Amino acid sequence: MPIANTPTTVPVVVDEGKCIADKGCTVCVDVCPLDVLRISDLTGKAYMKYDECWYCMPCEADCPTDAVTVNIPYLLR
Amino acid sequence: MDDLRAGLNEVECDLLVIGGGTAGPMAAYRARKKNPNAKVILLEKANVKRSGAISMGMDGLNNAVIPGHSTPEQYTKEITIANDGIVDQAAVYKYAQNCYGIIEELDQFGIRFQKDENGEYDVKKVHHMGTYVLPMPNGDTVKKALYRQLRRARVLISNRYMATRLLTGKSGRAAGAIAVNTRSGEFLVIKAKAVIMCMGAAGRLGLPTSGYLYGTYENPTNSGEGYSMAYHAGAKLANLECFQINPLIKDYNGPACAYVAGPFGGYTANSKNERFIECDYWSGQMMQEFYNELQSGKGPVFLKLNHLHKDTADHIEHILHTVERPSRGRFHEQRGTKYSEQMIEMHISEIGFCSGHSASGVYVDEFARTTVPGLYAAGDMASVPHNYMLGAFTNGAIAGEHAVDFAAEVDHDEFDDAAISMEQERVLAPTKRDDGIPPNQIEYKIRRLVNDYLQPPKVTAKYELCQARLAEVREDMNTQMMARDAHELMRSMEVASILDCADMAAHASLYRAESRWGLYHWRSDYPDTNDSDWKCHVLLSNQDGVMTCEKKEVAPYIIPIAEDEKDAYYKQRITAQA
Repeated sequence: MPIANTPTTVPVVVDEGKCIADKGCTVCVDVCPLDVLRISDLTGKAYMKYDECWYCMPCEADCPTDAVTVNIPYLLR
Repeated sequence: MDDLRAGLNEVECDLLVIGGGTAGPMAAYRARKKNPNAKVILLEKANVKRSGAISMGMDGLNNAVIPGHSTPEQYTKEITIANDGIVDQAAVYKYAQNCYGIIEELDQFGIRFQKDENGEYDVKKVHHMGTYVLPMPNGDTVKKALYRQLRRARVLISNRYMATRLLTGKSGRAAGAIAVNTRSGEFLVIKAKAVIMCMGAAGRLGLPTSGYLYGTYENPTNSGEGYSMAYHAGAKLANLECFQINPLIKDYNGPACAYVAGPFGGYTANSKNERFIECDYWSGQMMQEFYNELQSGKGPVFLKLNHLHKDTADHIEHILHTVERPSRGRFHEQRGTKYSEQMIEMHISEIGFCSGHSASGVYVDEFARTTVPGLYAAGDMASVPHNYMLGAFTNGAIAGEHAVDFAAEVDHDEFDDAAISMEQERVLAPTKRDDGIPPNQIEYKIRRLVNDYLQPPKVTAKYELCQARLAEVREDMNTQMMARDAHELMRSMEVASILDCADMAAHASLYRAESRWGLYHWRSDYPDTNDSDWKCHVLLSNQDGVMTCEKKEVAPYIIPIAEDEKDAYYKQRITAQA
């Protein structure tokens, strides 16, 4: 069976201007209880790879440069 | 970073603690304090810094037994009544006697509790009978404070390893666990002389009405592995039919927290602005009244604060929006809802297993021992009812101290190496397929069936249909589930636990042929509570591969319950409206 790519708007948004993942920071990736954030090979910045968010906010609270914002997933809004 | 790699490492320790949320860190810490020579490993599938139900923090203790405000005897009586009499009181009483010491210890860790102008703990009344609720103004620091103590006690922390099965020794004792790395798929075998499971609730069992798989009441990382692993290890699980169902903010699925609002004058109301329950403490009986109101012509149900002074309503809003679930403020901002201006729509949660709120858990005694020698359980997955965060800390401490002593007395129990290769084969099966069904779709289907058929009111014929459908999904899972990387592999293992929990929920509910615990076990074809046949525990276990239930007598009460007190929690409804 073919696997489709269904588009999804994700709740966690990273301000790439502020994100310092390219300098080696992995705080948001480390603290996420669901392990849904990754560092992009393309941009060197953090992004939400898996739409499996509890909107609990450690990623935002612990980010040293205030680059992360957690929105409420669209289905709940 | 999620590419699959082959690998198998082995480590040995005295005590293995699985789960780094609330009970787990306390168990590991206390074990090391009691025996500084013991090698203690704390295993966590995320990162201990921010894992578990209290990832962001907690806004209060719901069950603090503090001298001058309440007694262990009073508390034990209240929980026995709230849980419809199905309580082995020894474990509840022991918790009640020990929890004040834990509060003082947490205070020393830097987690402050609210005190009044005289420096006394500022305890609030929320329960039907006694006074046990203590606010935590800096409850957002809980995880950080715990982590500091773990480092200080030199507990060995292993993050990103998800335990998938327990190892049982040749003498029948717990002998360790097999775990898989959530970012590489490599295996770790941990040999241990004793194992404590602190793996949280089964929070991804029912599907939230929003349809978002992760929009659950519980932290969705708590997907019931503890229940499933205990079952496969031969441990007995108690009263799984006593589901967790909680009153929540509609759609947001965070707690409505009449606990926080109650002491200030907030309450639960219907659409006519009327209060309909006397006590907002979460119990099955209260949830039944909530459900009835929700379905009635006076529904839906709301959290009502807009009759309070604006400063009071704003103060409550501030607490609710900053500590336990801070994204809640964002939810209301987007909806344009203000607690001081309008009532906030509430709903009921999806079903789950969680003794922290109800009573569904792996059976444990007052030392947190399961029915398997050397295997302990604490926190939301262990059977001590209405246990909440303070129960996880307290029983985690009890488990850690008892298990580390047990480990000092025994050697590593040998186990059959074939268990490891069999488990590797089971875990990796979804990665061996290059065509199939992704785990999220199998999960959605299981949880949709849970909602369609298993959530109360429970009907025998619907339950039997559900069992047949779940068996079909199991076949799909075993033959077609596909994981393309290590992250999806973690999800596929979670799906297997969720399916086990759904099967257990169905089986245990069908066995108890009566209604009990209000909404939690409301069987519309057996609507009455039948004390003569069912005032007992139901224990579920794996007997030679067959899911089996049995009755177990409730242990004789330590604290007697008078005949005119035992139904106190059924007198919730306000009958005459002013």
